[in-house]
Amino acid sequence: MTRAKLIIKDSVLENKIFGNRFLLAWSITLFMFLVIISRLFYLQIINYQHYTTLSEDNRIKVVSILPSRGLIYDRNGVLLAKNRISYSLEVIPEKVKNHLAMETMLNDLQTIITITAEDIISFKKKLTQTRSFKTVLLRQKLTENEVAKLAVQHHRFPSIKIKQNQSRFYPLGSVGGHIIGYVGRINEQELKTINKSDYLNNNYIGKIGLEKYYETELHGKTGSQHVEINVRGRIIRTLKRTPAVAGKDLYLNVDIAFQNYIEQLISKYDAAAVVAIEPKTGGILALASTPNYDPNLFVNGIDHKTYASLLNSEFRPLLNRAIRGQYPPGSTIKPMVGLAGLEYGIRTARSRTWCRGWYRLKGHKHRYRDWKRYGHGSMNLHTAIEQSCDVYFYSLAHDLGIERLHTFMNRFGFGKKTGIDLTGELSGLMPSREWKRRVRKQYWYPGETIITGIGQGFMLATPLQLAVATATLSNRGTIRQPKIVFGMDDEKIGEMVIIQSSNLDVSIDLKQEYFWDSAIGGMKAVVHGKRGSARKIAKKSKYRFAGKTGTAQVISIKQNERYDAKKLAKKYHDHSLFIAFAPLNNPEIALSIIVENGGSGSKTAAPLAKKILDYYLLNTLSVYLSTKN
Amino acid sequence: MQNNWPQRKPLIFIDKYLFFSLVLLSCVGLIILYSASNQNTSLILRQIVRLLIGFIIMLSIAQMNLQKIISWIPWIYLIGVILLALVLIIGDSSKGAQRWLNLGLFRFQPSELMKITLPLMLAWYIGNKPLPPTYTRLLLAIIMIVIPVVLIFKEPDLGTSLLIASSGVFVILLAGMNWRLIASFVAVIVAFIPILWFYIMHEYQQNRVLTFLNPESDPLGAGYHIIQSKIAIGSGGLYGKGWLKGTQSQLQFLPERTTDFIFAVYSEEFGLMGILFLLMIYFFILTKGLYVALHAQDSFSRLLVGSLILTFFVYIFVNISMVTGLLPVVGLPLPLISYGGTSIVTLMAGFGLIMSVHTHRRFLSY
Repeated sequence: MTRAKLIIKDSVLENKIFGNRFLLAWSITLFMFLVIISRLFYLQIINYQHYTTLSEDNRIKVVSILPSRGLIYDRNGVLLAKNRISYSLEVIPEKVKNHLAMETMLNDLQTIITITAEDIISFKKKLTQTRSFKTVLLRQKLTENEVAKLAVQHHRFPSIKIKQNQSRFYPLGSVGGHIIGYVGRINEQELKTINKSDYLNNNYIGKIGLEKYYETELHGKTGSQHVEINVRGRIIRTLKRTPAVAGKDLYLNVDIAFQNYIEQLISKYDAAAVVAIEPKTGGILALASTPNYDPNLFVNGIDHKTYASLLNSEFRPLLNRAIRGQYPPGSTIKPMVGLAGLEYGIRTARSRTWCRGWYRLKGHKHRYRDWKRYGHGSMNLHTAIEQSCDVYFYSLAHDLGIERLHTFMNRFGFGKKTGIDLTGELSGLMPSREWKRRVRKQYWYPGETIITGIGQGFMLATPLQLAVATATLSNRGTIRQPKIVFGMDDEKIGEMVIIQSSNLDVSIDLKQEYFWDSAIGGMKAVVHGKRGSARKIAKKSKYRFAGKTGTAQVISIKQNERYDAKKLAKKYHDHSLFIAFAPLNNPEIALSIIVENGGSGSKTAAPLAKKILDYYLLNTLSVYLSTKN
Repeated sequence: MQNNWPQRKPLIFIDKYLFFSLVLLSCVGLIILYSASNQNTSLILRQIVRLLIGFIIMLSIAQMNLQKIISWIPWIYLIGVILLALVLIIGDSSKGAQRWLNLGLFRFQPSELMKITLPLMLAWYIGNKPLPPTYTRLLLAIIMIVIPVVLIFKEPDLGTSLLIASSGVFVILLAGMNWRLIASFVAVIVAFIPILWFYIMHEYQQNRVLTFLNPESDPLGAGYHIIQSKIAIGSGGLYGKGWLKGTQSQLQFLPERTTDFIFAVYSEEFGLMGILFLLMIYFFILTKGLYVALHAQDSFSRLLVGSLILTFFVYIFVNISMVTGLLPVVGLPLPLISYGGTSIVTLMAGFGLIMSVHTHRRFLSY
């Protein structure tokens, strides 16, 4: 009885316990399900966008399609920069059945083309490091002949692939190298400034010269291909494709044969630069700087040793002297200074100055010597330019004062960049009171004005600036911005787009038009006059032209000493300069020359100039005109 | 009263609600497995064979009257423990764990057997005396749990040992263990965690926990699974990307797609709506199981069914929580959906027991 009762009681209790516990268990599971659902709600609804983005990032990769880089031609269509296509033999490992098949294939391939043992070693090494569906390089630089052989036999080797690679090549090597520049691998700094999507998979960028200045145009637009990939990176399918836009071809004003002639001519000097401009257009006909270098060295990475030797070479071949060399212009600026005298009414064309071989400021003892020890006698502007009388210009500069001199020379482009389409151009220096106070924290001394009058002292100019000033002079004031590139071939519109200078309408208007005649007349006399400082070069000249010599002192000579080249180290010798334009009445070419430490302008630079003018006017231009007619 | 009961035994003992929801679940599983395996038909065929074997076993067990085998239970348990010990001594290892026993004809995982055996043993041990159990019985019951759990943990197989431990604990909890006692047990376990961490857990197990706490710390290594899984699930959105269209799974960014992480494939392709459908089936089975347990006619059956069905729930909960990043990665499959042999058979055997309890109850005599 008791036992039965107990069991019944237990049974009731058990039912109660079970009932409670099962209800609790059910409630807990329900709650857990709700936890799971809310978690999924959080992932799938609230963070849907976030995870969708991540999922898309996982599967979609952008493969870039490289545009072909624009080519560079000279004014006659001579190719200066091209894209060399090289072929390489690659193998797709997954298409080779097994190790044995790979060996047979390599053996068979060797009967068709040469594959060295080193090629095979490096191939096998790469084989172990690459995914089986990606190509592995077997041999580089296949010849056309080898490519043809492989193409014929391709059916025997389904696993091989002949890959095209583009690399920049400058067929003429160092000729025009300073103008064209080169491309090289993108470095860290450049990586910060470029639009990365435009350079995906592209390791090359213009580093210097035209290649850099026209980088955007030459580069073109990188196309892209959106592909779906799987976890191993294999491309499953293409989703979207934007084709690449090829870079534009550049056509230069430069005549590369002329450029080559000049480079050959000046290559015998340690360091020299020549800039030749077509005055009517501002087109750069030649821009040479010696020594130079072969830009091809830089394209695929220059080795350290070669680079160090270029960098440490005494005459710095990497320096483009034409735009970055800054020299005292010396007497070459005298025609412009003379014009300033006329323009400001300080002198007339007939005003005479007595030259006794030296000039002295009132109340000072210092003598500013003329290059001619005992003087030129009575000088007017014409004769002063012809004979390059220093005293006339000392006196004129003193009367003008540095401010007017600064302002006037500035109009000829001294002290400011010409705006040529090359990177790295320097602006030279046209000193002023304000400049000296700002930079040197010193007052301007009257003596400094005097030597500025003959292009010495603080004043510095690049060969390009001198050439531009000469062209401006030959144009009687019309300034043309110098341009290397004549036009660009635009594939889109299928024709050449001519590059317009931005400041064509800027010109120097003088009070009287005949002022120009005075200055140009003086320059004509330099070569054609009886006492012209470069009269020797114009003997038997078939055309008439204008020039001006310049001899720039590198170190100052003490009052009681005389310049004696023999006693001085070569690096202290005077720089030899010459500016010229020809023909006189219808200038086709304006040029500037500097030969570093080349001695007097008349001795070194002037004869070079005549040769260059001859070449251009009698050779290049006549051929050009005859073909045109 | 007598008239309401069937006059004769049915030809086949089957719970049709449970049966059809399991069939439905298996079909959903096959559909998503086809997608997750990248349309591998031979894998699907193998899974179908396993499911068929599972269903046959389930139905066979359902025909059995448990009361008749009740006396075998201690012996089955003993054999189970011996086999577990044998695994540690002569078992085959794969993937760094020693879980398999090679019986010549086939390989066999004794821990799977224990998933059924332990609930049987405990339900028998606790259920054959009045409830709630005495402290002595509780202590003995705990020992019965700890022995196989430790043996399995040693293999090492953290997932299964936790699962088996919980199946045992469910029996005790359902048996009406005093709440205060439960609270003190929880306290002991919490105190035990540092010991577990420093002295018992293997480094790879510790790594899993660490990665779980901060999956982004190792995006290409251990955290990769969780990150990719969350991407797959999250990008599925409300309606999913569509069957066979899940990029995470089809492009194989998601690891372990056919097994532990199949839920992520499902979520990616069918979205939250699909998940709600799947969870509804699961919840229906669960509710039905608890109903069966509650209406069973003796403590042994109640405890057994309750434990089995709650363990089934643990599978679901742990798997989904791990795939969604709520719990660390513990190698537990999603029941009836994940690809894998032994676990299906065990699971179906469990359902066989549940059905047996349900369908035989009317013929039990008072």
